[in-house]
Amino acid sequence: MSRTFIPKVVTANALLEGDAVWLTEADTWTRDIRDAELLTDEAHADLRLLEAQSRKAEIAGAYLVDAKQNSDGPAPTHFREEFRTRGPSNYPHGKQVELS
Amino acid sequence: MYTYTDFDEAFVRERVAQFRGQVERRIDGSLTEDEFKPLRLMNGLYLQLHAYMLRVAVPYGTLNPTQMRKLADIADRWDKGYGHFTTRQNIQYNWPKLQDVPDMLEALADVGMHAIQTSGNTIRNVTADHFAGAAADEIEDPRAIAELLRQWSTDHPEFQFLPRKFKIAVTGAAHDRAVTKAHDIGLRMVRNDAGEAGFEVIVGGGLGRTPMVGKVLRNFLPKADLLPYCEAIVSVYNLLGRRDNKYKARIKITVHENGLEKIQELVEDRFATIRAGFSGHDQDLLAKIEAAFAPPAFVTKSIGGYEATRLANPAFRSWTDTNLAEHKANGYAIVSISIKKHGATPGDATSDQMRVMADLAETYGHGELRISHEQNVILPHVHKSDLAKVYAALRQVDLATANIGLASDIIACPGMDYCALATARSIPIAQEIATRFDELEIEHEIGQLKIKISGCINACGHHHVGHIGILGLDRAGVESYQITLGGDGTETTTIGERAGRGFSADEIVPAIERLVTGYLGLRRDADETFLQAYRRLGKQPFKSILYPAQDKANAA
Repeated sequence: MSRTFIPKVVTANALLEGDAVWLTEADTWTRDIRDAELLTDEAHADLRLLEAQSRKAEIAGAYLVDAKQNSDGPAPTHFREEFRTRGPSNYPHGKQVELS
Repeated sequence: MYTYTDFDEAFVRERVAQFRGQVERRIDGSLTEDEFKPLRLMNGLYLQLHAYMLRVAVPYGTLNPTQMRKLADIADRWDKGYGHFTTRQNIQYNWPKLQDVPDMLEALADVGMHAIQTSGNTIRNVTADHFAGAAADEIEDPRAIAELLRQWSTDHPEFQFLPRKFKIAVTGAAHDRAVTKAHDIGLRMVRNDAGEAGFEVIVGGGLGRTPMVGKVLRNFLPKADLLPYCEAIVSVYNLLGRRDNKYKARIKITVHENGLEKIQELVEDRFATIRAGFSGHDQDLLAKIEAAFAPPAFVTKSIGGYEATRLANPAFRSWTDTNLAEHKANGYAIVSISIKKHGATPGDATSDQMRVMADLAETYGHGELRISHEQNVILPHVHKSDLAKVYAALRQVDLATANIGLASDIIACPGMDYCALATARSIPIAQEIATRFDELEIEHEIGQLKIKISGCINACGHHHVGHIGILGLDRAGVESYQITLGGDGTETTTIGERAGRGFSADEIVPAIERLVTGYLGLRRDADETFLQAYRRLGKQPFKSILYPAQDKANAA
């Protein structure tokens, strides 16, 4: 029995700012996970990761991570990844203020 | 205080220039991240959850006012106006941009500071008793030795690729405020029968996933043998330490697997081989460094005004009761400035706060500041007649919290709010616990209590040696907090015992409240601390308080 592939997004840290970015279908990096490309096919996901990793002058440490489809776009499933979309909880710093 | 020689200055400047070139090559794409990572780590630059993080060494926790002001300026110019003081007496900036880091390092070099060897498998910043040079219970100021070790270990060609990171702590006092038994090497100054000062050498302590209390390798090491002996230890470890498994690579495992006797034998052999190579140059250097650490010119003046203000101002009295320690000089006190205002992030100081502390050190503190491993800032030499003025200035910038050593003086690592390795958040838990005890207004009644929180098994928050330790874990995709009890990081170092199942983020603060208020009912009298009560009664009564329902079920 083949296991079900959990949808993924490609994420990384931006090279200069170091903050979280996600890969879009248009091959750009977005700071809003809702604009990311949700990868539902394992082979395609692996390919997209390889492509992302080759863009070494834009990002560092690209990886695939579980995500789900919400009404407004992809969303994280784990609390760590959720924090990366937001920023720290002790100050209004990071994406929680930069994106709004 | 020690100031950089031309040699130190040239070395640090050269490293900045090298790193500037490396950053340029990373940005233009000629270096990959895999190639760049070891280079940035050698210069203290991490990549965290939301940004880069620059860890700056504060050697043996000592700063002068000019350095503290520079740290404030760096925070304003290249970060978000604050810095985070860590459990290794360092300061971390959480928001630098890659292209700015060489300029930040250049600014640090302007005041004799750097970020070299604050990461990587090298000998890290040597930490020391934060009351060094001021404590009443001290044999000698240990910072001269710490500086000698810093010079020896910086860019030491043999020790740039150790099996794992290597941490040394040193204290000159009988009461251990430097957690020496939880370091790779711990050095405790002692006297031999002839009354000469030397060191008890402790090896193989450490926290992390396999916590171990350090073992005594040598009861008494003459001061003159310190450098060759430390070199022998690290040299033996460098060859013997495991490189096949990151989790078994620290010297604590090397000592554990090979046995103390074998390590002793190897170290003594190596020491005998290399001892002659240390022909006295190190001792000449040490003498110069010791002169640089000569005590300040303490003054004699009346402290009458101090007692009168204490009587007149209860808030000041409360602050002097908790935040002062005994000084070796008559009329002086050691001031611990709490960087733990209730509800604030432990160890975070704003640039304005840093400048006020620098000014106070300059005006009233013989130009000295210390960072403690408990994430507070120390003014080691303040005359008691100046304390009221110091207190008033601290109040203006929210730095006058009277909670040193109490329940809200919590060590917390950055946890998953910043750290890429973390498995759960630490800071909000610390904030909530401190806020809760402040609401209850019972922390002074509770007395001495050390709560320490780590956001992962690596234990940067020293949870193993907290009287109450809290470890944040990821349990099936949910933050979960495990409590340990009875830990101690002093000369009677003890690793805390796990209390039982973990608590959710919602349950952990009520659990700590239950535990601490429960202790008030268990203690023999108001003088029996939490740790003493735990040692007398054992785990069971505390466990029953933590898990009341389970206890009832067992009884049924």
